[in-house]
Amino acid sequence: MEYRIDLPLTKEYAEKLRIGDKVIFTGTIFTARDAAHKRMDESLDKDGTLPFDIKGNIIYYMGPSPARPGRVIGSAGPTTASRMDKYTPRLLDLGMAGMIGKGKRTPEVLDAVVRNKAVYFAAIGGAGALLSKCIKSSEVIAYDDLGTEAVRKLYVEDFPCIVVADTAGGNLYDR
Amino acid sequence: MTREFDVSLITENIAEMCIEANHFLSEDMKEALYAAAEREDSPVGREILSQLKENLKIAGEDMIPICQDTGMAVLFMEIGQDVHLTGGDLEEAVNAGVKKGYTEGYLRKSVVSDPLIRENTGDNTPAVIHVRIVPGDKIKLTLAPKGFGSENMSRVFMLKPAQGVEGVKDAVLTAVKDAGPNACPPVVVGVGIGGDFEKAAILAKQALTREAGKNSELPHIAALEKELLDMVNETDIGPGGLGGNTTAFAVNINTYATHIAGLPVAVNICCHVNRHVTRII
Ligand code: SF4
Repeated sequence: MEYRIDLPLTKEYAEKLRIGDKVIFTGTIFTARDAAHKRMDESLDKDGTLPFDIKGNIIYYMGPSPARPGRVIGSAGPTTASRMDKYTPRLLDLGMAGMIGKGKRTPEVLDAVVRNKAVYFAAIGGAGALLSKCIKSSEVIAYDDLGTEAVRKLYVEDFPCIVVADTAGGNLYDR
Repeated sequence: MTREFDVSLITENIAEMCIEANHFLSEDMKEALYAAAEREDSPVGREILSQLKENLKIAGEDMIPICQDTGMAVLFMEIGQDVHLTGGDLEEAVNAGVKKGYTEGYLRKSVVSDPLIRENTGDNTPAVIHVRIVPGDKIKLTLAPKGFGSENMSRVFMLKPAQGVEGVKDAVLTAVKDAGPNACPPVVVGVGIGGDFEKAAILAKQALTREAGKNSELPHIAALEKELLDMVNETDIGPGGLGGNTTAFAVNINTYATHIAGLPVAVNICCHVNRHVTRII
C-alpha cells in the first residue's frame, strides 16, 4: 500500500501501516543522532525535559552536510539507526510516534515499537542529495555546539519512506 | 634526477579531490549502478536503484554531496623515490587540503579528535594516510572518503590455514549478511587475504578503490571474486536491504604473502557511494 501522510502521525493511522508499505510524509519532523540522543538521555535523567515535545513526533536519524549559501540544507539522508537503540525504548515510552533511519534494530526497540503503537520507517540510505529536495525548512532548535549532530526541526514535503517495523511486530528486514 | 615539489601542490590537489569525490562517482561505479538497475528483478529494488541514479544526477548538477556522510578522508599515497618534497610537512599539507576541501566544498565535518572524549575537530581532519615509497619521480594520490555506516560493518578474521578458501568464503558472507541493510547496499566488498592483522585490513581498504568490474590478475583470485559476487547476490539483501539480486556491485580481493601459521582475512564493506579519485602528479 501507499499512503500520503500529513504529520503528526496518529496512533490510529500508525496501526494501519504494515511493513513494506510506502509512506510519503508532509509536515514537521525532528533530527537527532548519536550525540543528541546521549544529551537527551542525560537531560531526562537530570530533570525529565527534552528540547522538543517528543509526544506524537517523529525523529529522523540524520546529520546533514552544510547548506550552500541560499539553500535550506545540504545532503540529508538517513544514518544507521542501531546506534540509537540504547536510547530509543525510553523515547518511545514517552510517546514518540516513530523514527526514520536505516538498518536493523534490537529486539528491545522492536518490542517498544509494538508496545507504544509506533512505527520504524526506513529512508533510502545514501540518497542524501535526492532527499534534501524534500526538506523545505530547517532550523537548529537545540545543541547548536554539536554541529551536524544538533537537533533540527525540519518541514518536509513528500518525503518518501518505507515501513520497516510496524505495530503488529512485523520486521521487513527479517525475511 | 630528483624532481622537486612544493607540498602546497599536494594541498591544492587534495582539496579538489575531496570535493570531486563527494559529488561525482567514478565512471565505473556509475556504470555498475546503471547496469544493476537494468538487471534487478525485485520491483522495490528497481525503484531504489532508480532513485539512486536520480540522487547521483542531482548531486552532480546541483553540487549537493551524494551522501550527507562525506566520510573520513582516506588517502593512499605512492611517492616516487626520486621526488623531493619541499616547503613544509607532508602530513600537514595533506590535512590542510582536507580542511580546505571540506570547508570550501560544504562537506560534512564528521571527525572527532579523541575516540573517547569525542570532540568534533571542525574541519574533518586528520585524514587516514597510507604512504608507500616506489620507484620513479611521480606522486600518485588516491583519495577515498569513507562513510562509517559501512565501515562499522567491516571485519577482520584471523583464520587457520586449514580453513582455506572455504573459510574465506564464510568470512565474506558472514560480514555481508551481518551488515545487511546497515551498510547501504548495494555494496562493494573489499577483501584482503594474507599479510598480517593490519596488512589484511589495508589490502581490503585498497581493494575498494579498484575499478568496479575489473577482476584480479591472479586467475584463482579472479575466479573467487566471481564466485563470491554470485554468492553475495544470492543473499537477497538487495538494494536498501529490502530484497533483490543486487546486494553487491563487486567483490574485489587483494592478496599478500602470509605466515605459515596464519590466514588473515579482512572484509571492508563500502556502500554504493564508493568514492575514490586518483591523480598522478
Ligand atoms: S554507508 Fe555510505 S551511503 Fe550509507 S550513509 Fe554512510 S556514506 Fe552514506
